[in-house]
Amino acid sequence: MSVISALRNETTSWYEASARQRIDALVDRGSLTEFVGPAARETSPHLAIFGLPTQLDDGIVVGEAALDGRAVLVAAQEGRFMGGAFGEVHGAKLVGLLRAARATRRDVLICFDTGGVRLQEANAGELAIAEIIRALVLARLAGVQVVGLIGGRAGCYGGGGLIAACCSTLIVTEQGRISVTGPEVIETNKGVEEFDSKDRAFVWRTMGGKHRYLIGGADRLVADSAAAFRAAAIGALSSPTVLDAGTLDAEQARLERRLARFGTAEDATEIWSALGIDPVDDLPALDESSFLARAGGKRESADGAR
Amino acid sequence: MERLTFTLAAAKQAGGLRQQAIIGVVASGNLEVMLERSAPSGTCTFEIETAAHGFGAVWEAVLNDFVARRAAGGLRITINDGGARPDTVALRLAQGVRLIEGDEA
Repeated sequence: MSVISALRNETTSWYEASARQRIDALVDRGSLTEFVGPAARETSPHLAIFGLPTQLDDGIVVGEAALDGRAVLVAAQEGRFMGGAFGEVHGAKLVGLLRAARATRRDVLICFDTGGVRLQEANAGELAIAEIIRALVLARLAGVQVVGLIGGRAGCYGGGGLIAACCSTLIVTEQGRISVTGPEVIETNKGVEEFDSKDRAFVWRTMGGKHRYLIGGADRLVADSAAAFRAAAIGALSSPTVLDAGTLDAEQARLERRLARFGTAEDATEIWSALGIDPVDDLPALDESSFLARAGGKRESADGAR
Repeated sequence: MERLTFTLAAAKQAGGLRQQAIIGVVASGNLEVMLERSAPSGTCTFEIETAAHGFGAVWEAVLNDFVARRAAGGLRITINDGGARPDTVALRLAQGVRLIEGDEA
C-alpha cells in the first residue's frame, strides 16, 4: 500500500464515504472482485413503475476480497440510494453472497447502511429479508463468521436491524444507529410524547452506537474511520464466536435479566447509571477512547447473539 | 422517467487501461456515471435515465462541452440521474474520465 493510499484509508470517514469507497478502504488494496457488478445492469424491475430512477448495482456492492490476507466475502449497502433499502435485486445479491459463504466456508463482512425494506417493492424486500436471515444463520451454523459494520448515514433499521441482530459480531461507531422501528415511524404511530424524532440527542442515546455498545447490542465501538473499521474487522475475524443452542439459551437468559433490570427505565441515561457508569451526563460527548475507558468492565456483553 | 441517448464525436481517445469505472450515487440532486470502453473509437455514446423531464437540450450542451474538453473517445457512458444540476453532471463526468484513466492517487 502506498503512503498516499494508506493516508487516505486513515482519514476516510466511514459516515461520509460511499459504499464503494467503504469497501475499497476496508479490504486489502485492490483485492475486490465484484459479483453482479454495475456493468451487468441488474437493476430493480419495480422502480420504473413509480417513475423512479434505478441504480446500476441496485444500491449494494457484493464480492470477494482479501482482509489482511484472508479470503472473505464482502457486501456494502449504499445508504444514499433509496435510503439503502432492500429491494428484490438488492436482497438477492446478499442472499447469494451468504449462500456462497456457507458453500465455500468464507467469512462475510456486511457494511449495513439501510432504512429497511424498500416500500416500492415491499413484498420482494420482505421476502429477501427472510431469505437473508435464513442464509445467514445457515452460514453461521456451518462455522462462518458474519461481521456487521454499522456507521452510515441511514443507520441500520427495519429488516436490516433484524439481519444485524443475527450477525456474529457487530462493529459500530457513535454515529451508527441500530434498531428495527425508526424514530419517525415510532413518532407517527405513538405520538411525539412517546418518541420525539426531532430530538437528535435523544435519538442517538436511544439507538446510537454508544448505547448499543453499552447494552450488548453491538460488540465493538470504533472511531469514524475506515482504518478503525478495518482493524476491528480483522480483530473480529480472529476471535470467532459460536452459534449453537447454548449461545441462544445464554442470550435468552441475558435478555430476561436485562428486562428485569432496566425494563422500567424512562431514558437511556437511567440504564447507564444502573450499569454503574458514573458520571453519565457527558457520556455522549466523550471521544471513543475516553468512552471505552469509562464503560470498561461495566457494559453488557452479547457473546455472539443479541 | 425520461430516457435520452446521444452519440457524439469525441476526437480524443480515452486514456488508461481500465475497462470500466463508476462514480456517484443516484440520489436527489446526484447521479451515477458508468464508463465502459465499448464505443467505436472517435465517438462517445450516452444512455441517460433522468427523473427530471424536459432537459434534453441542457444535457446535450453539457455533454458536448464534456467531449470537447475531455478524452472521451471510445467510451460508452451510462447515466442514472436523480435530478442533478448541470455542474454536478459535469463534475461526475470529469471524475469518471479520471477514474477510467486509472489515476488513483
